[in-house]
Amino acid sequence: MKRWAFQSIVAAVILSVCASAWAGKILLINGAGATFPYPIYSKWFSEYAKLNNSVNFNYQSIGSGGGIRQITAQTVDFGATDGPMNDEQMQKAPAPILHVPTVLGGVVPIYSLPEVSEKLNFTQAALAGIFLGKISTWNHPEIAKANPGVALPNKPIVVVHRSDGSGTTFVWTDFLSSVSAEWKAKVGKSTSVNWPVGLGGKGNEGVAGLVKQTPYAIGYTELGYATNNKIPYSKVQNRAGEFVDCTAQTISSAAASAKMPKDFRVSIVNAAGQDAYPISSFTWLLVYREQTDRVKGEEIMKFLHWMLKDGQRYSEPLGYAPLPPDVARMVEESLDQIKLP
Amino acid sequence: MGFALSILAIVLGFVGTLLWNSRFALHKFGWSFLWGQTWDPVAEIFGALPFVYGTLVTSAVGLLIAVPLGLGTAIFLAELAPPRLSESLSFLVELLAAIPSVIYGLVGVFVVVPWVRTAVGPTLSAVLGWFPLFQGTPYGVGLLTAGIILAAMIVPFITTVSREVLLAVPRSQREAALAMGATHWETVWTAILPYARSGIVGSIFLALARALGETMAVTMVVGNRPEIKASLLEPGYTMAAVLANEFTEATSDLYLHALVEIGLVLFGVTFLVNGIARLMLFKMGHGQELRA
Repeated sequence: MKRWAFQSIVAAVILSVCASAWAGKILLINGAGATFPYPIYSKWFSEYAKLNNSVNFNYQSIGSGGGIRQITAQTVDFGATDGPMNDEQMQKAPAPILHVPTVLGGVVPIYSLPEVSEKLNFTQAALAGIFLGKISTWNHPEIAKANPGVALPNKPIVVVHRSDGSGTTFVWTDFLSSVSAEWKAKVGKSTSVNWPVGLGGKGNEGVAGLVKQTPYAIGYTELGYATNNKIPYSKVQNRAGEFVDCTAQTISSAAASAKMPKDFRVSIVNAAGQDAYPISSFTWLLVYREQTDRVKGEEIMKFLHWMLKDGQRYSEPLGYAPLPPDVARMVEESLDQIKLP
Repeated sequence: MGFALSILAIVLGFVGTLLWNSRFALHKFGWSFLWGQTWDPVAEIFGALPFVYGTLVTSAVGLLIAVPLGLGTAIFLAELAPPRLSESLSFLVELLAAIPSVIYGLVGVFVVVPWVRTAVGPTLSAVLGWFPLFQGTPYGVGLLTAGIILAAMIVPFITTVSREVLLAVPRSQREAALAMGATHWETVWTAILPYARSGIVGSIFLALARALGETMAVTMVVGNRPEIKASLLEPGYTMAAVLANEFTEATSDLYLHALVEIGLVLFGVTFLVNGIARLMLFKMGHGQELRA
């Protein structure tokens, strides 16, 4: 027994020495930030590790706010966010930060109406009215006029929103702010807001759970969550007046029709195109324009180039939309701004 | 001695860190933070009252349900149940305390919330609807649901500690009561419970401390709405829940400092409640001496 214990201790010591020697050769690159793109980022990092096993990307999905704080404090090598940094935040950073769009996502209204099996249409005014608490029953004319032939029940609407701060909420409130002046003035856009009505659920699963359980509820989640869990979601009216279903295609065309600024800090909600899905957004990686570590900087650049080309094909199965080719090219050119020491 | 002082240092360090990291909010809102009722991260107006209210109400509801239940169970286990049954049941009760709070939250979401929405809520508002405490549409999530979940979480604390305290009551105490011709029930009521009172009150305050700070399970069922409504069926919010919800995405400094100040208020409330508990225990001990 004693001998066995001794041998196992020796084996453990040898193993750990080997492991640390082996780990010493792998370059660890740390990142932190947005939760919304976490599924695609972890897919990318694991796929990329198969191609290049000398570098290991470690990503902590601590939230966009945390991502911005950590990159500003230079405790991570890259950050990630769902809402672009504002000017005040950019100024606080010790050096210029580059926003690198990675993929696109869409947010969909989900609902539970036991009597209705058709896919609903929501006008922009209907969604703003419901979340402002002004439209409080399902058979309200603003909802009914977009859904001819659907027998909408005369039942009070139960609004459900995210209780935790989230990029999904940012995109949703960004959309509501851009379609409703009243929303913009009274509530505004942020990762968490002062909701005029409704219940708060924690996380996508909390919102989806409440909506599924509560008859006559409406909420919102990101597209991938709704499709993976087979939750009915509606079409939404876009700026051109069309009712658009949320797909990778319609999200991408929202990005294609938006005017792209040089620094990519752009909101694409309520974009102009005919088939543009109106509640879409980019999500960004944040990297310093001037890298301080040559080896790490090179590896980050290599990854970003891979992500913009080969990485994009992983986006659609996970409920995201790939960057439109034009945008991907623009982003790729912008990577030249990153300087290595 | 050194260790004892280190505890003091830790507590002071806590308060100091909380104060330092909430200084922007302390400076901007002053004392009005405590009675402000708006929580608007966009306009950066922050007030803690709805969260303080929600924390106190959910804990009170939890205690109202858990104290009779937990104490009754403890009396049964210590005084009435046959020893073998008592041992195995106590083990089960202690097991309840070991369940992670997220599991309680899930049970809350999938079992208690639908139950409150379809059965408890409508019944309460039908029977007691004249009373403001039970008015309004039952959504399922809300202060009452959070209270029920909290009750389930704190019962084991009350039961386990109270049972031990009851078992520690000396035999002579029971025998004296029985010799006076008291029934079993009268013995429990007149001789054992008063003797064990301070221990039982201690167990209740231990449970209360847990209820005040509970985060995960409450967040999942409380409805997360920072509003003060009279009805228990309405959604509310607690201090621990708002911290858990909004800390990760708090981007501006003032927002972050307001959240840390919520932590400070939670610390203060817990401290205050514990202080009151001490005072009550002290007074009780005093009263007993006087009577003796």
